[in-house]
Amino acid sequence: MSSSKQALAHPASSADAAPGDKPGAAGRANGRGTPPPGSSSWRSRLYRWDMKASPYAFISPFFIVFGAFSLIPLLYTAWYSLHNVQLANLDGQTWAGLDNYENLLSSDFFWNALWNTFTIGVISTVPQLLMAIGLAHLLNYKLRGSTVWRVVMLTPYATSVAAATLVFVLLYSWDGGMINWLLDFVGIDPVNWRESDWGSQFAVSSIVIWRWTGYNALIYLAAMQAIPVDLYESAAIDGANRWQQFIHVTIPQLRPTILFTVVVSTIGATQLFGEPLLFGGVSGSKGGSEHQYQTLGLYMYDQGWIIGNLGKASAIAWSMFLILLIVAVIQLLISRRLRKSQ
Amino acid sequence: MRTSTRRSRRLMALAAAAALTTGLLAGCAEDSDDGSSNEGGGNGGGGKTTLTIGTFGVFGYKQAGLYDEYMKLHPDINIKENVTTRTDVYWPKTLTRLQAGAGTDDIQAIEVGNVTEAVQTQADKFVDLGKEVDKSQWLDWKNAQATTKDGKLIGLGTDIGPMAICYRKDLFEKAGLETDRTKLAEQWKGDWGKYVDLGKDYMKKAPSGTKFVDSASSVYNAALGGEVERYYDKDGNVVWDKSAGVKKAWDVAMDVATSNMSAKLKQFDKPWDQGYANGTFATVACPAWMIGYIQEKSGEAGKGKWDVAAAPTAANWGGSFIGVPTASKHQKEAVELAKWLTAPEQQAKVFAKQASFPSAPSSYSSLKPAAATQAYFSDAPITEIFSASANTIPTQYLGTKDQPIGTAITDIGILQVEQKGKSPEQGWDAATNEIKDVLGQ
Repeated sequence: MSSSKQALAHPASSADAAPGDKPGAAGRANGRGTPPPGSSSWRSRLYRWDMKASPYAFISPFFIVFGAFSLIPLLYTAWYSLHNVQLANLDGQTWAGLDNYENLLSSDFFWNALWNTFTIGVISTVPQLLMAIGLAHLLNYKLRGSTVWRVVMLTPYATSVAAATLVFVLLYSWDGGMINWLLDFVGIDPVNWRESDWGSQFAVSSIVIWRWTGYNALIYLAAMQAIPVDLYESAAIDGANRWQQFIHVTIPQLRPTILFTVVVSTIGATQLFGEPLLFGGVSGSKGGSEHQYQTLGLYMYDQGWIIGNLGKASAIAWSMFLILLIVAVIQLLISRRLRKSQ
Repeated sequence: MRTSTRRSRRLMALAAAAALTTGLLAGCAEDSDDGSSNEGGGNGGGGKTTLTIGTFGVFGYKQAGLYDEYMKLHPDINIKENVTTRTDVYWPKTLTRLQAGAGTDDIQAIEVGNVTEAVQTQADKFVDLGKEVDKSQWLDWKNAQATTKDGKLIGLGTDIGPMAICYRKDLFEKAGLETDRTKLAEQWKGDWGKYVDLGKDYMKKAPSGTKFVDSASSVYNAALGGEVERYYDKDGNVVWDKSAGVKKAWDVAMDVATSNMSAKLKQFDKPWDQGYANGTFATVACPAWMIGYIQEKSGEAGKGKWDVAAAPTAANWGGSFIGVPTASKHQKEAVELAKWLTAPEQQAKVFAKQASFPSAPSSYSSLKPAAATQAYFSDAPITEIFSASANTIPTQYLGTKDQPIGTAITDIGILQVEQKGKSPEQGWDAATNEIKDVLGQ
């Protein structure tokens, strides 16, 4: 209080006041002379504090929400996975150590689900991305009404999983479904799409492909439009045709984008849940009578919410998390290699 | 001046951010405090109490106009129904809310497949309704299912699922079979095996594109519904692999699955609904609640073609209870509403509208299905058929994991035989593995 009073009383001298002359932050701040003298010493402190703290305050909502809805559940799930917890008796949990994980590793259902997640992931991601690149390449030509085509490409993505899957269920219905009807038309025996091993996986993948191809195509298209035109011009001068331009100019330029879409699709494929669940209809969490399309997500849901074994379900959730971490590390290594090679 | 406005603007932003975050947190707190029990102001706004009732599927209370009627009788009460379509979503959600002691509705419905789990694990979360009602209103076995060992009644019986067989008279005629309901019932009386034998006759001259029955699983459920011993013995031990009832029902289902008489549909699936609409199967095991379903899915085209005959054995399939969680903020009002909704007169009203069969026998003499329903099923005396079944259903021992064990047998074991051409032994082994997983063995 007294220091600010004195500062007010001697406005002229305050500018050249020596540090030792008036101890305290106010004196020093005045010594630098930047903010106006007097009450500004408190203000400047507030100002600096504001400069430092307010960015944190601005970003805090995200982190608070992240903590409440992601981090704490994640850690809590880890804690649960080390216990024997039943859905009907949440408070009666008992310590189980790594039992749940050991149980998983020795369970055929788990390995089956892991394998299904992998195969469905491959047969949905690979054709999807290839088709997306092709479509993006076509859209990259000068087209009449190109905006219309782009919007149309994005519509499947905007459709809800539930609505899309229910329509596909009807299409794939083994008795009277449109796809079997078409097959019959060309003389192929009807396929029991839900119960056959590869048929069901193909059917589930087709829903994923249908929903995501357009989305990926638009990402590729954006990347393609960023490729400088002179690259194509010089390639054309060198005598490269359209196909050669695509292979030798477009694809190499798209490499980072391709990597990005592969990673995003891999994560999506690992978490695949809604499509197979709804495709299975009643008791869809089993993924078919032989679990032929039960993914890890479905297995977790079945264990946790249908059977009520939350401890084991938590262990599955953490296994999925670890698998995704491994995928992320592989992606990191590949992208580093790519950057070096460029 | 310029710096100061900028500063104050920054401060304002800071304050706004702070307000936003505290607002968010406060929002959370408010939510968990309040639950959903007194939306619309609780006792505040105009003195009205809002009671919520959590149900799954179609309960028929709203359809029969019961809520409106009750609100007219009690002007201070407002009723809101929260429906979850799928039982397998409804029950886990309800379990977690019961244990959290928050977020439950004032009245919660309990399906018969979950009632033992509720009785054995959640009894302290429900109000004891035994002292509130005259228990003799309900069928004894219905009360027994919702009663704990020390005599606490956690739920009041709503409908039950006495069994009959619904069949397509027109298809039976084309296949050269008997079409009269009493003579048919006589032909398969006492044994589901005789019903399957009739199916074999049907298949010899079946109208093209039709099968005798919708699925082997439905025959399994119907046959099991008449057995005293299912998956658990009376002491609560799991005995599904030794149970005589399961063995009997399984054998009948295997006979269906391996003799090409099933349309191989999965119940409550979209293609099953289509099967009704297209008339691809001639019979279906028909608990009372199926009557409303058939009318809806088979539509105008099926009118007058369907008929109902007594099932081979008296059996029960499905049915529900409603209980009042102790977490309810309006327990007294909720108990009153639950009592009223399950009283014999109200059950009779639901039957008239939805054909969900009452669990209160005193209403049976006054039961009248809607005229349209009667006409739809060729004027079959459905009231008498279902009452006769309901009065002779045995008391069954249910267990905590009845539902998942049943699903494992029907949707894994039977389905593998029916749709994938596996042998009955392979199907049984697959079901065994699945059930071991369910029971954590």
